[in-house]
Amino acid sequence: MLWNTLLLALRAIRRNLMRSFLTILGIVIGVAAVITMVTLGNGATRSVSDQISSMGSNLLMLMPGQRFGPGAEPGAPFKGADVEAVRNQITGARLVAPLVTKAATVVYQASNWSTSVTGSSNEYFEAGNWQIAAGRNFTESEERAGKAVCVIGDTLRDKLFDRQNPVGSEIRIKQFACEVIGLLKAKGQSSMGSDQDDIVVMPLRTVQRRLSGSQDINRLTISVRDGVSIDAVKAQLVDLMRERRNIGDNENDDFRVMDTRQIAETLTSTTKILTMLLAAVAAVSLLVGGIGIMNIMLVSVTERTREIGIRLAIGALEREVLLQFLIEAVVLSSLGGLIGIALATAASILLAGLMNVPYLFDPGINLLSFLFSAVIGVIFGFFPARRAAGLNPIDALRHE
Amino acid sequence: MNGAALLRLSGITKTYGVGQAAFQALKGIDLAITAGDFVAVMGPSGSGKSTTMNILGCLDTPTSGSYEFQGVHVEQLSRNERALLRRNFLGFVFQGFNLLARTTALENVELPLIYRGEPAASRHATARRALEQVGLQGWEHHTPAELSGGQQQRVAIARAIVTRPAVLLADEPTGNLDTATSREIMDLIGAFNREHGITVLMVTHESEMAAYAKRIIRFVDGRVDTDHRQGEAA
Repeated sequence: MLWNTLLLALRAIRRNLMRSFLTILGIVIGVAAVITMVTLGNGATRSVSDQISSMGSNLLMLMPGQRFGPGAEPGAPFKGADVEAVRNQITGARLVAPLVTKAATVVYQASNWSTSVTGSSNEYFEAGNWQIAAGRNFTESEERAGKAVCVIGDTLRDKLFDRQNPVGSEIRIKQFACEVIGLLKAKGQSSMGSDQDDIVVMPLRTVQRRLSGSQDINRLTISVRDGVSIDAVKAQLVDLMRERRNIGDNENDDFRVMDTRQIAETLTSTTKILTMLLAAVAAVSLLVGGIGIMNIMLVSVTERTREIGIRLAIGALEREVLLQFLIEAVVLSSLGGLIGIALATAASILLAGLMNVPYLFDPGINLLSFLFSAVIGVIFGFFPARRAAGLNPIDALRHE
Repeated sequence: MNGAALLRLSGITKTYGVGQAAFQALKGIDLAITAGDFVAVMGPSGSGKSTTMNILGCLDTPTSGSYEFQGVHVEQLSRNERALLRRNFLGFVFQGFNLLARTTALENVELPLIYRGEPAASRHATARRALEQVGLQGWEHHTPAELSGGQQQRVAIARAIVTRPAVLLADEPTGNLDTATSREIMDLIGAFNREHGITVLMVTHESEMAAYAKRIIRFVDGRVDTDHRQGEAA
């Protein structure tokens, strides 16, 4: 009985190709949309968290001032003594990199490029997970003497050196010439959307003397030792800085400490919300696809009711007719679901490539939308048939 | 006459609607049909001839009364049992042909055999033979839309007789056909009655077609009016 009914169902699908095609199409579009959206969203989330970990993990950033934006009170910048105090007194700190940042125009031969010049130490590379692609980092004497040497990011090689090896060349920054001693390996965009490779790093002292003209330090990046609680180090750091900056018990901090984990959590939760939003939009298309299937089924109900009448008249049992319609519905919606999954996989891989996010296969959403499409197909394909198969054969035959 | 009744209706009534709007289509039908007979049922529209036919064909159920098919009380059978009765003993030919659209002649004729669970090989052979018997060899792979009315009715007859039913029920089988085609169809039905002993029940309002039958029953207002054998005095 099952085999024969399967044969009847497949024959029914074959002879109603347009109807079958439209039914499948509704499911294909819905399933493909949902899976593509969620897959791309997952890819974007992963890409954000990858970028955050490329900033370096277990990092604390110490900055003067309390708030961003207008009305922010700029706190006093840090000094070299602050760096030494952090190095000596915060036991959980593995590396402490002082930073001074200045915007400057960099010139090489006929090309010039506005970028930001960072003064720091070799610890900066280590804490930020930077790798040297060519050349070397600073020597101790270069750092101590504040020599005019620099390590540049990949974007500068692109803009100034036409992708040639820059090591050994001399670039001009404001009034002084600076030898390029190293090239950093590209990191790509940051999670905030800025270009992390648009960077020139020089010894701290060089920038202080030649660019900023002061002993100020804008920022400290602190890498926390593995196995040490970030929160504990953060608390120690806050206590130390309050003491050094003479902040009274009922006064607010005039500096702030951020950690990368916090930033990571904020950003990934944002992209997760966006993914859910996209999925919700796509779910609407799945619903619309379902309504399309319902329309097709309702339009064809007259013809199908007569068909059921014919089948009953020539001796089909009610359950045989129902099984046939159930198989038809399951075959069509599963086929639609599978095509939708295939299409979504192709579209996700393509779009992930274009958007520069990784392609991550999510079995959960594939299974979920497949099941949903099957349920829609079965509901709309099967229930009209159930009503018709319950009629007296003569009433089904005479259905107008 | 060949013995006991194959079909027997006793006191059959059929009422449509309820209360004030109720309409009694059949007002007590008593009828016995013997195996191998060829019966034409005639009467004006609304006389209840089609309703009686549908009850005999187990396509519809009577409001009251009893219907015996080979001694089995059909009114006591379940839906499924009636379906099995249709499957194994009855064949239908309708005025509007009622073939499956976009389905080849062969597949239409195969359909009752599929429900009977016949294996594919013998099913194809049997269906082809039935199409040959109705003169449609070479048309096996045409769909109803590609066939004339007469040819479609031949496919319907092939589908009805492919299972060698005990009774062939035909509701105005020539109603949609011209006279020449109608005669061919009647010859075909007559041949199945004579050569294969299939009992035929046919509703018609054309005297010419009724003349093919051995027995003519006239309905008026939900009752049997006259019932006589051809050749006997009316």
